Amino acid sequence: MATITYRDALNQALREEMQRDDTVFLMGEEVGVYQGAYKVSRGLLEEFGPSRVVDTPIAELSFAGIGVGAAMVGLRPVIEFMTWNFALLAIDQVVNSAAKMLYMSGGQTPMPVVFRGPGGAALQLGAQHSQALEAWFAHVPGLKVVAPATPYDAKGLLKSAIRDNNPVVFLEGEMLYNTKGEVPEEEYAIPLGSAEVKRAGTDVTLVCHSKTVAVALRAADRLADEHGIAAEVVDLRTIRPLDVDTLVTSVRKTNRCVVIEEGWYFCGVGAQVVDELQREAFDHLDAPILRVTQADVPMPYNKLLERAAKPSPEQVLEAVRRVAYLER
Amino acid sequence: MATAAQIPPIPAGLAREDLLDLYYYLQLTRALETRLTNLYRQGRVIGGLYSSLGQEGESVASAFALADGDVLSPLIRNLGAMLVKGAKPVEVLRQYMAKRTSPTAGREMNIHFNDLRLGYLGQISHLGDMVPVMAGIALTFKLRGEPRVGLVYVGDGASSTGAFHEGMNFAAAQRVPLVVIVEHNGYAYSTPTTRQSALARLADKAYAYGIPGVTVDGNDVVAVYEVTRTAVARARAGEGGTLIEAVTYRRRGHAQHDDQRYQSTDEIARWEANDPIDRYVAQVTRAGWVGSSELEGIDRRVQAEIDRALEECEDDPLPSPESALTDVYVTPSVTEELWFRRLNA
Ligand SMILES: Cc1ncc(C[n+]2csc(CCOP(=O)(O)OP(=O)(O)O)c2C)c(N)n1
Ligand SMILES: [Mg+2]
Repeated sequence: MATITYRDALNQALREEMQRDDTVFLMGEEVGVYQGAYKVSRGLLEEFGPSRVVDTPIAELSFAGIGVGAAMVGLRPVIEFMTWNFALLAIDQVVNSAAKMLYMSGGQTPMPVVFRGPGGAALQLGAQHSQALEAWFAHVPGLKVVAPATPYDAKGLLKSAIRDNNPVVFLEGEMLYNTKGEVPEEEYAIPLGSAEVKRAGTDVTLVCHSKTVAVALRAADRLADEHGIAAEVVDLRTIRPLDVDTLVTSVRKTNRCVVIEEGWYFCGVGAQVVDELQREAFDHLDAPILRVTQADVPMPYNKLLERAAKPSPEQVLEAVRRVAYLER
Repeated sequence: MATAAQIPPIPAGLAREDLLDLYYYLQLTRALETRLTNLYRQGRVIGGLYSSLGQEGESVASAFALADGDVLSPLIRNLGAMLVKGAKPVEVLRQYMAKRTSPTAGREMNIHFNDLRLGYLGQISHLGDMVPVMAGIALTFKLRGEPRVGLVYVGDGASSTGAFHEGMNFAAAQRVPLVVIVEHNGYAYSTPTTRQSALARLADKAYAYGIPGVTVDGNDVVAVYEVTRTAVARARAGEGGTLIEAVTYRRRGHAQHDDQRYQSTDEIARWEANDPIDRYVAQVTRAGWVGSSELEGIDRRVQAEIDRALEECEDDPLPSPESALTDVYVTPSVTEELWFRRLNA
């Protein structure tokens, strides 16, 4: 297996899907000549030409809508937002057009469009550029929401997203683009809606996705070293549909759970996870489920403030100590 | 140098003092950005750092055409406009270095800060969004019968957004006193303006809104001043807005990280030879309006001022982590007096 970056894994998925299916095309700001603000589309313009790798004016609302229109008449658009912060200008087309068209047409109009780009906070980019918005989109029936943590998952999930006949919101981690991992040479796809146990354990379940998988894994290392606690790390990979079975199976085993996410806590992804678990695994819980999220503030710029506002392994450790009743 | 008898009159109603002030702000902008670039390279400034090198002329000259009480909203390349409106280099440095003492207490980056009393509003970084916001501010001026004007800057790229269009249309339909400057600097990130719009002249967008559209050489400081002054007077007189296209050029990459390989060195060199500050200096000294030694005095003053500003703030404390948690809502109230009080109240 080759070890490649998350960025290159996404690039491979795009390239392979564009080779496999000539209805797939990529559109967004800076995707062509500049090869993407984060270089995810490197080489694609050269290989597929300007009719399949389309540079747009700065007009998120309209190119999201153009993607919707193209999807309705037989293409498979992949719409890149420079970051998900800018997708807020396009949310009307995502929520009102893409998510509802099938339903409103009485099931006549599938919507095979992918909206993708980096989300979450990078380093010191300030409030309007540091938002993890998966909960916003996961709220909406009709959308699938995917947020991979590793190169392997990024590639396999993007392929499935492109092949899916539903609109898929695909949130990449801006801070993950340079991270590396093993990706097989041979063809594979990962079905949407399947979580994965990233580290097995028996004492507590750490639920996470995207960038917080690394936070959970670091916390799990320290829990093992410092407390002899074996944490099981469950990466949601897909936020909607949510893989409740994998979550329940894990919590039945560990009886304790901490949910970690980069977004805000109020109505966050974790709130949904907790709701499913309290219903499906109530009798298996030995402690209330706790959540670790971004502080309930717009992301501040200063590095000390930013660090304090982001979810950290220390906060996960503290939450685990509490659900394990080690904290007095 | 011309003798007293041959000195032509200074155009655009500018006085000699104004010419010196304009030069001061041009140099202050350039010198401050140069200093920020050094700090960025030293890792003391993190995040986005955008350069207005070669565009200082239009920022400074247009803001100079405003009066006290008017409000402008800059984009990332309009540091010069904020300085003209009274933003202090020390505030800008504190802001970039995320000091506790910065205007936003370390919460926000670059020129995302406001002083609505002085008349600048540097906040929303999503392109085009400030057009309707500034239309709202200018509408308020109109509704209150105040002789105040709003000025908003957008790039050629930002003029493709829906917010730009909706804000322009609203402002024009309601005859809101809003002057809009479209900075046609050739690029939006790497995208050339030809891929942004089918128009050769972005001022022609004004036809769609039914307001005047004017194109001006953005590297001609006096011309930009004059055009803006006319537009501002018109807005103040209740005759509505104007779209000004300032033609200029972005000589640096989009931001520090961008190697600008898509801009040819010839093209950059051509615009370097058309530098707004060089042109301005040639214009004002050749005509004999001001002497070179006066300008050199200003250069020294600018450098000293920036040195002093950096000294003043480099050891300022960073904010405490807990301070991240306040000001999400106004309880307890943080604003004893709202900025939008009447002009002369
Ligand atoms: C709505 C929105 N989309 C994308 C961006 C990312 N972005 C920041 S600046 C920029 C290019 C701006 O070009 P232009 O408006 O011409 O201004 P210039 O940089 O040339 O001054 C882009 C795409 C943004 N800030 N807002
Ligand atoms: Mg531009």
